[in-house]
Amino acid sequence: MTIDAATVRKVAKLAHIRESEDRLDSLAAELNGIMQWIEQLNEVDTDGVEPMASAVALTLPLREDVVSAGGDSAEILANAPGARNGFFVVPKVVE
Amino acid sequence: MSDVSALTGLTLKDALAGLAERRFSSEEITRAHIGVVEAARPLNAFVLETPDLALEMARASDARRASGDAGPLEGAPIGVKDLFCTKGVRSTAGSRILGNFTPPYESTVTANLWRDGAVMLGKLNMDEFAMGSSNETSAFGPVVNPWRAEGSNRDLTPGGSSGGSAAAVAADLVLGATATDTGGSIRQPASLTGTVGIKPTYGRCSRWGVVAFASSLDQAGPIARTVEDAAILLRSMSGHDPKDSTSLPGDVPDFAAFVGRSPKGLRIGVPKEYRANGMPPEIEALWAQGVAWLKDAGCEVVEVSLPHTKYALPAYYIIAPAEASSNLARYDGMRYGLRVDGSSLNEVYEETRAAGFGDEVKRRILIGTYVLSAGYYDAYYLKAQKVRRRIADDFDAAFAGVDALLTPTAPSAAFGLGENNADPVAMYLNDIFTVTVNLAGLPALSLPGGLDSQGLPLGLQLIGRALDEGTLFTIAGALEKAADFRAKPRRWW
Repeated sequence: MTIDAATVRKVAKLAHIRESEDRLDSLAAELNGIMQWIEQLNEVDTDGVEPMASAVALTLPLREDVVSAGGDSAEILANAPGARNGFFVVPKVVE
Repeated sequence: MSDVSALTGLTLKDALAGLAERRFSSEEITRAHIGVVEAARPLNAFVLETPDLALEMARASDARRASGDAGPLEGAPIGVKDLFCTKGVRSTAGSRILGNFTPPYESTVTANLWRDGAVMLGKLNMDEFAMGSSNETSAFGPVVNPWRAEGSNRDLTPGGSSGGSAAAVAADLVLGATATDTGGSIRQPASLTGTVGIKPTYGRCSRWGVVAFASSLDQAGPIARTVEDAAILLRSMSGHDPKDSTSLPGDVPDFAAFVGRSPKGLRIGVPKEYRANGMPPEIEALWAQGVAWLKDAGCEVVEVSLPHTKYALPAYYIIAPAEASSNLARYDGMRYGLRVDGSSLNEVYEETRAAGFGDEVKRRILIGTYVLSAGYYDAYYLKAQKVRRRIADDFDAAFAGVDALLTPTAPSAAFGLGENNADPVAMYLNDIFTVTVNLAGLPALSLPGGLDSQGLPLGLQLIGRALDEGTLFTIAGALEKAADFRAKPRRWW
């Protein structure tokens, strides 16, 4: 599996990162280098091995379904690039 | 107490004793540290100095002590890696994308430290989002290692990602520092700066309020000047936190009580697979020296096998970027941090993230997005999770016969800034000895073992069973005594 410029363009789009056209080839080369190194995982026999998603074998705890935070919109909005009247100001989403 | 220079360079333990005996106040020792922090700006270890806050916290500490209400870290000035959110104090994770983000909350780990009386000198530099092994991916520029090779003026890396923490501890700017470790980011910088760092068992320290990189691997821990100092700090940092669903329940042991005990009779494993890949002779020699020290201390040293060791880094470079690409999706320019305007919503997202993230972070987001994208999930992500299980099983098998493992921490001493940047994979190989334990969730500690022929520190790593940091502190205490590492960087800054 090799990564070409078109693949980088598609993945960058999925990741919401703009990459200029003249960077795509060098990025593809870098990512190929990394992915080729990763391919050695195929040498490992993993038939019947349970995937390991967490470092600890804990079941996730449940808590009471109650409101534990809130009522602090001023604090939450304090870091917003745009805020007005207790709301985030964001670019127009629906034309 | 008038001699200010006598108040820096103390161990945390001695500083706490001096404070308890009222030989000096927190305000005095904090003021002394503020002075050395300012004088050490050429190291670029701090991204934000907080001298006013430090003095305020120090005076409050002195008042608590006067009222008989002193905590275990009462009055001790420390540094905080900028990955920890600190209430009312800018927290950037070393990234432009967080801009001037000022958290309205405090991370659990730092809250625990302040609860126990510690004083914050400022926020420490780091690789962007903790992604790097040389501190060169920081938006604030690299930290410079206080150590230099003998007869050389070349700037060296302190390692990464906790490079600011390690450099600040090594240069005596702080009594200790918080750090985090996703693939080696506590232990590799500790090794490159002649300091002690421990990544505890996954879940020991709450991740709440720590900017997320790869959530199933991220774990906080301290960097300190001695094994006992690391034990003292880790005890305060640890503890169950209902706000982190992966936080471990149960009491936190008094880790410092394990330091100074005899390791006699313990069985130590030496993993034969770590010898592969043309290890430099000086690293090999230090490792053999470590084995000899442990034998002298009455330990039994045996060879063990961790057959999947060579697959740990490739598995990590699927799992960590996959988790990172998901975690870092939150940086969309809407609620906090940087926003770059554009003509549509998507353009705002794309331009913000293009301007806000550095090259290494983008590279990892792209890898993560790629391996999680339709058609590749099973081939890469699922495969890596299965290999991860194999690696964890290797450790389980080894720990059936031994109490701890001894390895080198890093494949080299500190290298030059700019020296390892051409090939991302070459940089990733810095974590070859450290990354396995993150995948398995085990505790591991690095301590200085000696100097190489250029006069640069080299570290030894101890790996323990889950939740058995105590045994690591016992063995590390014995190694520290045997190594008698007293070298300090010559002050050039």
